[in-house]
Amino acid sequence: MKDFIIPDRDFGTPAAKSKTMVTLTIDGFDVTVPEGTSIMRAAAEIGIAVPKLCATDSVDAFGSCRLCLVEIEGRNGTPASCTTPVAAGIKVQTQNAKLEKLRKGVMELYISDHPLDCLTCSANGDCELQDMAGAVGLRDVRYEAVDTHFKAKDNSGKANPQWNPKDDSNPYFTYDPAKCIVCSRCVRACEEVQGTFALTISGRGFDSRVSAGMKEDNFLGSECVSCGACVAACPTATLQEKSVIELGTPVRSVITTCAYCGVGCSFKAELRGDELVRMTPYKNGKANRGHSCVKGRFAYGYASHKDRILSPMIRDSINDAWKEVSWAEAMEFAANRMKGIIADHGRHSVGVITSSRCTNEEAYLVQKLTRAVFMNNNTDTCARVCHSPTGYGLGQTLGTSAGTQDFDSVEHTDVAIVIGANPASGHPVFASRLKKRLRQGAKLIVIDPRRTEMVESPHIKAAHHLALTPGTNVAIITAMAHVIVTEGLFDEDFIRNRCDWDEFQDYAEFVSQPKNAPEAVQLLTGVQADEVRAAARLYARGGNGAIYYGLGVTEHSQGSTTVIGIANLAMMTGNIGRPGVGVNPLRGQNNVQGSCDMGSFPHELPGYRHVKGEAVRDIFQKIWGVQIDDEPGLRIPNMLDAAVEGTFKGLYCQGEDILQSDPDTKHVAAGLAAMDCVIVHDLFLNETANYAHVFLPGSTFLEKDGTFTNAERRINRVRKVMAPRQGYADWEVTQMFANAMGADWTYTHPSQIMDEIALTTPSFAGVSYEKLETMGSVQWPCNEKAPEGTPLMHVDGFVRGKGKFINTEYIATDERTGPRFPLLLTTGRILSQYNVGAQTRRTANVVWHAEDVLEIHPSDAEVRGIKDGDWVKLASRSGETTLHAQITDRVLPGVVYTTFHHPDTQANVITTDFSDWATNCPEYKVTAVQVGSSNGPTEWQQEYNAQATLSRRILPAAE
Amino acid sequence: MSHDAHAKLIYMANQIAKFMESKPHAEGLASLTSHINDFWEPRMRKHLFEVLDGGGEGLRPLVIEAASLIRRPKAA
Repeated sequence: MKDFIIPDRDFGTPAAKSKTMVTLTIDGFDVTVPEGTSIMRAAAEIGIAVPKLCATDSVDAFGSCRLCLVEIEGRNGTPASCTTPVAAGIKVQTQNAKLEKLRKGVMELYISDHPLDCLTCSANGDCELQDMAGAVGLRDVRYEAVDTHFKAKDNSGKANPQWNPKDDSNPYFTYDPAKCIVCSRCVRACEEVQGTFALTISGRGFDSRVSAGMKEDNFLGSECVSCGACVAACPTATLQEKSVIELGTPVRSVITTCAYCGVGCSFKAELRGDELVRMTPYKNGKANRGHSCVKGRFAYGYASHKDRILSPMIRDSINDAWKEVSWAEAMEFAANRMKGIIADHGRHSVGVITSSRCTNEEAYLVQKLTRAVFMNNNTDTCARVCHSPTGYGLGQTLGTSAGTQDFDSVEHTDVAIVIGANPASGHPVFASRLKKRLRQGAKLIVIDPRRTEMVESPHIKAAHHLALTPGTNVAIITAMAHVIVTEGLFDEDFIRNRCDWDEFQDYAEFVSQPKNAPEAVQLLTGVQADEVRAAARLYARGGNGAIYYGLGVTEHSQGSTTVIGIANLAMMTGNIGRPGVGVNPLRGQNNVQGSCDMGSFPHELPGYRHVKGEAVRDIFQKIWGVQIDDEPGLRIPNMLDAAVEGTFKGLYCQGEDILQSDPDTKHVAAGLAAMDCVIVHDLFLNETANYAHVFLPGSTFLEKDGTFTNAERRINRVRKVMAPRQGYADWEVTQMFANAMGADWTYTHPSQIMDEIALTTPSFAGVSYEKLETMGSVQWPCNEKAPEGTPLMHVDGFVRGKGKFINTEYIATDERTGPRFPLLLTTGRILSQYNVGAQTRRTANVVWHAEDVLEIHPSDAEVRGIKDGDWVKLASRSGETTLHAQITDRVLPGVVYTTFHHPDTQANVITTDFSDWATNCPEYKVTAVQVGSSNGPTEWQQEYNAQATLSRRILPAAE
Repeated sequence: MSHDAHAKLIYMANQIAKFMESKPHAEGLASLTSHINDFWEPRMRKHLFEVLDGGGEGLRPLVIEAASLIRRPKAA
């Protein structure tokens, strides 16, 4: 689909990367471009648009439509400009009588097999075929089509066997074969951009058709992951968003940032008035480079879902029904309760949870609320339950608590280790970029108990899959270090220059101990020693080695230790500080990096500076005009413990559903129930709201200005696309509440909040909305030393000075299997759903994943008499739940797996209160369980649902 | 303070100790101390001291050794 609102110019073919420049003449104008550039692209560079149909710059040139013909002086024929590279000194002509005639002839043939229903066609005004017919001056079609693909019946009235009906099986787009010109752009986008290979051209010659999967498949039934790349690439109405079919073409667009995962894709929100027509990936977005996944591109319907709460609500007790009130009344009620608690129980009895889904500015204000208004440091954020060990581990070893690279870096990677992450599901756009590199020949090592899509998928196969027993990451990582040290594969120069050589000696001695050899840990990890050795050798000596990791690393009792081990591996092999290498945490939520940067943790002020530092407190004290507490505050699990104990009574929780997402649901529920004032600020009555006294309706990312910071430290603008449906952006709501508590905040735009962040936080010193307008995005640190930001960190030296090696002793988790609970449960996510599912469950994405299922190995299922699809009971020492079983050998015998997207499943009833030793990040990834047959929901599920239903009652508004 | 809550803090302190025990002794002791000082809210340290002052039953030796180094919370 061409870009017609803010034209992202289509240059026809991808940019060439050569540093050698070539000068040629096109239509009498000189142009200088990198060697390898197509003539089509070179012409586009000087504003000459050669007519084209099958070429688009998101995929390689194909040369099938023959519309982009040109003449080159001294050469025979009329070559296609898309497939012909430039050469020094050639003289190209893109338009003359001969070319005009040829193009007209080509278009005439195309049009003879295309319906001429342009006026009522969904691509009307947004169709490249229409545009090209105009561009070549086609006025007449001499052929009367006998055989066509677009007429349902032939001229004699019989059914036309060449005609195929429209496929509208996908909830978001349709495939109408009658409109197809078989340019293959969709097929190539699926291969080259997305890397799924779901589409193909079946048949030959006149029978050639775009086909999803096998003949009997439709789009929904095929391997298609609904990323939308084919729809974006299609020049006609063949692949078309249903929203455009329904609403018409959009007339304006706003560049903004996706509010789903930590990749942080840039999108164009395309609208008619304030009605969102579609989201299309923004070509100049530096995280996604024009690609998207099903969530960001299509799953935005939750913003207008009927479940959204649009009025503030209050109630005295959680057993009461909700009462809708004005904003003013809600603020007064909430502030009075909180003030009462502080008066009775002291200023440490209340706290906040900032949201990793909200903007930086909003997170900053929420932590400021607790530090400057409540006067304590009781602030935490959902990173507690996902990447807090990353913060600790990378902070200790490298000196900064963030990934070291940008996403573009993967284009230079030779060996990628993916550990405890399934980017194909969790970070799909990054997965596509990684897969592209793997298809070019890079090697992959996957360390994961489960055979994820990364291990093997079309044209991708991991060189090594270390399918370890859940909970043994540290043993595997240390064993890899053992191999690298004992076989002398480390990078001595790098270590001597960049780290402390004596510290490395200590570390080398530690890892060299026989107990850390792959052979010694084989029984623990379940991974063959020779595989570990081969993987270690490949990473150490295979060229640029990059480690990408996810929550399968952090959510363990030794999560921080594994992060340290990963940093050790990167340092000892010199894989830090240049493109293609690095330590790359794949952040879960859109702004989890940002919420951490903004001082959401109870021990540190914005910019990761401990509250004990007087100089740091001074900076904020001067601006805020208050005394800042010098003691660390409570983390989420500690808040809940303190609540149960009776010393923590009030919580303001923004955009986070701790009852569903935090471990050991019963303990969370008990903690919440013990509080006197729980304020939930969210889009929906989430699970936590069942225990709330005040509900403040939230705004979506479409309804406010701000910034998100993605996993590569990139600060991207979020732009207001439409007015907040409930009246206020979230930062305004927090400000209203702070002022009701007695503060005197006067922000009128989030840019002022960013200015305050820049003023107080050295790594953000150079960030401003003006800079983001001109640069598009910027990666922190952005300050005097790096005015344009920092794509790669630790280039000349580590942030902490010398890189620090720290011993990584493997200590088995206390969560162990035994006769009562013989299986290990691990959890994860799937492509179509996001986090606790509050957003995606309220979109058509449920067609792909209507419920959480339990994956179980055939042998484990057989001994328990479980068949595929059976209801099963899943029990741990914490609790039990029921769900349907799916029998698969993706999991190892002894391991079961489920997702946590649906509240009915309550997977966290099962998870225990074990947590990371350093950060209290819960051990979601290992729980000893038993699985047995069941007839349906457990007593707990029934009770929970009854309580939830009761709690969600809303009184009819008073007349 | 209930027995259960003490048990949880003892468990957490011992978890930290186990990690620090793999460092050279002096460094491990210093790291354990600063970890608890930096990350444990005063209420948690207060409860830890209830255990330590009562003899430190259940705590690993490194935690007991750190008792004099861990900051006592100011009286509320």
